[in-house]
Amino acid sequence: MKPNSCCGISVPSGRVVSAREEGGDAANTVGGPAVVKAQIPSGKRLSSGGVRFAETPAEAALATQELLRSRVLGFEVNHVLVEERLDIRAEFFIGITYDTAARAAIILASANGGIGLEDGGAMIRREFSVQHAPSEDLGRAIGRDLGFSDNLEVSLGRVIAQLACCFLQWDALLLEVNPLALRSDQEWSVADVHLELDDEALYRQVDLKPHLILSAGVAGRRSSFEREAAEIDSADPRGVAGRLIPFEGDLGLLIGGGGASLAIMDAILDAQLKPANYCEIGGNPSVWKVKELTKLILAQPNVRRLAVIMNVVNNTRSDLVARGVIKGVVESGRKPDETIAVFRVPGSWEEEGADILRQYNVPFLGRETSLDEAVKAVTWRS
Amino acid sequence: MAILADSQTRVLVQGITGREAASFVLDCIRYGTQIVAGVTPGRGGQRVHGVPVFDTVAMAQQGTHCTASVVSVPAAHVVDAATEGLDAGLKLVVIVTERVPRRDVVTILERARDRAATVIGPNSLGIVSPDVVRLGMAGGALVSLRRAYRKGPVAIMSRSGGMLTELANLLTQAGIGQSTCVSVGGDPIVGSTFLDLLPRFEADTETKALVLFCGPGGTMEEQFAEHVAVHKSRLPVIAFIAGRFTDGIQRIQFGHAGAIVDGQRGSPARKAALLREAGVLVADHLADVPQLVRRELERAS
Repeated sequence: MKPNSCCGISVPSGRVVSAREEGGDAANTVGGPAVVKAQIPSGKRLSSGGVRFAETPAEAALATQELLRSRVLGFEVNHVLVEERLDIRAEFFIGITYDTAARAAIILASANGGIGLEDGGAMIRREFSVQHAPSEDLGRAIGRDLGFSDNLEVSLGRVIAQLACCFLQWDALLLEVNPLALRSDQEWSVADVHLELDDEALYRQVDLKPHLILSAGVAGRRSSFEREAAEIDSADPRGVAGRLIPFEGDLGLLIGGGGASLAIMDAILDAQLKPANYCEIGGNPSVWKVKELTKLILAQPNVRRLAVIMNVVNNTRSDLVARGVIKGVVESGRKPDETIAVFRVPGSWEEEGADILRQYNVPFLGRETSLDEAVKAVTWRS
Repeated sequence: MAILADSQTRVLVQGITGREAASFVLDCIRYGTQIVAGVTPGRGGQRVHGVPVFDTVAMAQQGTHCTASVVSVPAAHVVDAATEGLDAGLKLVVIVTERVPRRDVVTILERARDRAATVIGPNSLGIVSPDVVRLGMAGGALVSLRRAYRKGPVAIMSRSGGMLTELANLLTQAGIGQSTCVSVGGDPIVGSTFLDLLPRFEADTETKALVLFCGPGGTMEEQFAEHVAVHKSRLPVIAFIAGRFTDGIQRIQFGHAGAIVDGQRGSPARKAALLREAGVLVADHLADVPQLVRRELERAS
């Protein structure tokens, strides 16, 4: 699937193909000189051989065959785009994103588009309000800064306003056109786009969702360990508990979420412990969710013991975490006092949490034990 | 003296009939917060823990003269709730909801700038001025909140809600109390950064030192460091930066705009270096924070 325009601006004609034998057909449809582009979720495709230029359909078909199923920048190429090679007079760069320091939406523009961007040169930067449709005035001002006047200033102004409009409409975090091509016939074409969407806004982007082939590609890089954790998380809306990254070590981890997980992970690596995974929990997960994650982690053949370390919890309940961990250990056929290397979850409902652990002879570390000391306790108990 | 809110601040809770809000409101009231009104469209006339519920912020204001709000509504409704509060003239809006779309956050901040109002969050756990006031759910259940936070001279600002309470508890365990503790929110773009709130802490006579909990990504630490390097601060600043291990993990970079806007910003190692150059004490281990704070407090007195 390939649209014939982007934000109402023309794009080169062409086709996405996924089978080697389709390359020749796509190249013949394009006709003359073509560009063959690996469809992978990464920049720097040209310099890494992921973009090929072909003078004839035969060359394009060959390039398609070579690129499909090859690896570019670590990604397997499952789709390539075979498209018409434009007759380009000049290449520009337009990037629309949020500037986190300025806390504003911005448009970046440069007259050195294409790979010329790497050489530097003047970059124009303009903030715009996200509360109104971006104006063509703003686009024309950028056009003038890029050295245009008259008709080209007006047409570029319209192109920039259309792009900014789509950026907002699609809830994009990044909409980057490089190059924006000025063709010899004085018309503008979007020759290549990087689009990054806001995951948190996907619920309201019902029209875009079916087209998201690239995020599926990224998801495909996950291991089954990660996928199962994500499934456990999504099966129960209470709490966030599914972000899991596998490591090579033997110590299973269930650790406090967000900033706490980062601080705890640093302390664990500083103490030369060998984590089997990173798995954060928080936001008051249910007993079921903690239990299932515990079982999943303990089911990994390399995992010998489990460390449960959280910050002084706020809305998460210590007793629910304790119950979930104990159930998970028992249902895995292991003994809690031998398996749980350390349990440090002070805060809300901590007395009740401590009571549960006491019944299974597992020491409960409370608020008087710092996170660093809790990590050190893992080594003492081994 | 507490910053942002005190025991006299008349507080509105938007989304008060929701599960999460209903669970923290009672403990806030018991802690001393004047929660005078709630808003949930369509639920006007109800009461939650004795607090009257109104259909709109304007109606709540007429009835109760509230000036601050805690927004605890589903992510999809945050932009409407927050802009309604700002347009009604609220001076402080604390957004505890997580996963708010970026465009909505920037919309809220544009509106707050126009109205000269302060936004904390989104994705903030709230604010605690020990023994005075709590907005939001920082500290959790009342018993735990009272154990973790204790009145004293140290301000805390944290990008992580969970670590706000961890740090307060760490100081409390060491016998060091806190003036005001703010969970500024974990998102890349939030209403109030470390630098935005610094002047308020500097103006607060009760605050004698400032602790920052920092993390990878964003530009909050860099902006703070750049300012303090030039303008200095009357407050000694002690920072802990979590996520050093993430410096070793390679990220996929899409396009050029990210690199052009943020450059080398975001790396924990670089944040630590910039903060140190600016005169901030950067703790290597979290457990070192209390002794660094004590040393600075003793030096100042």
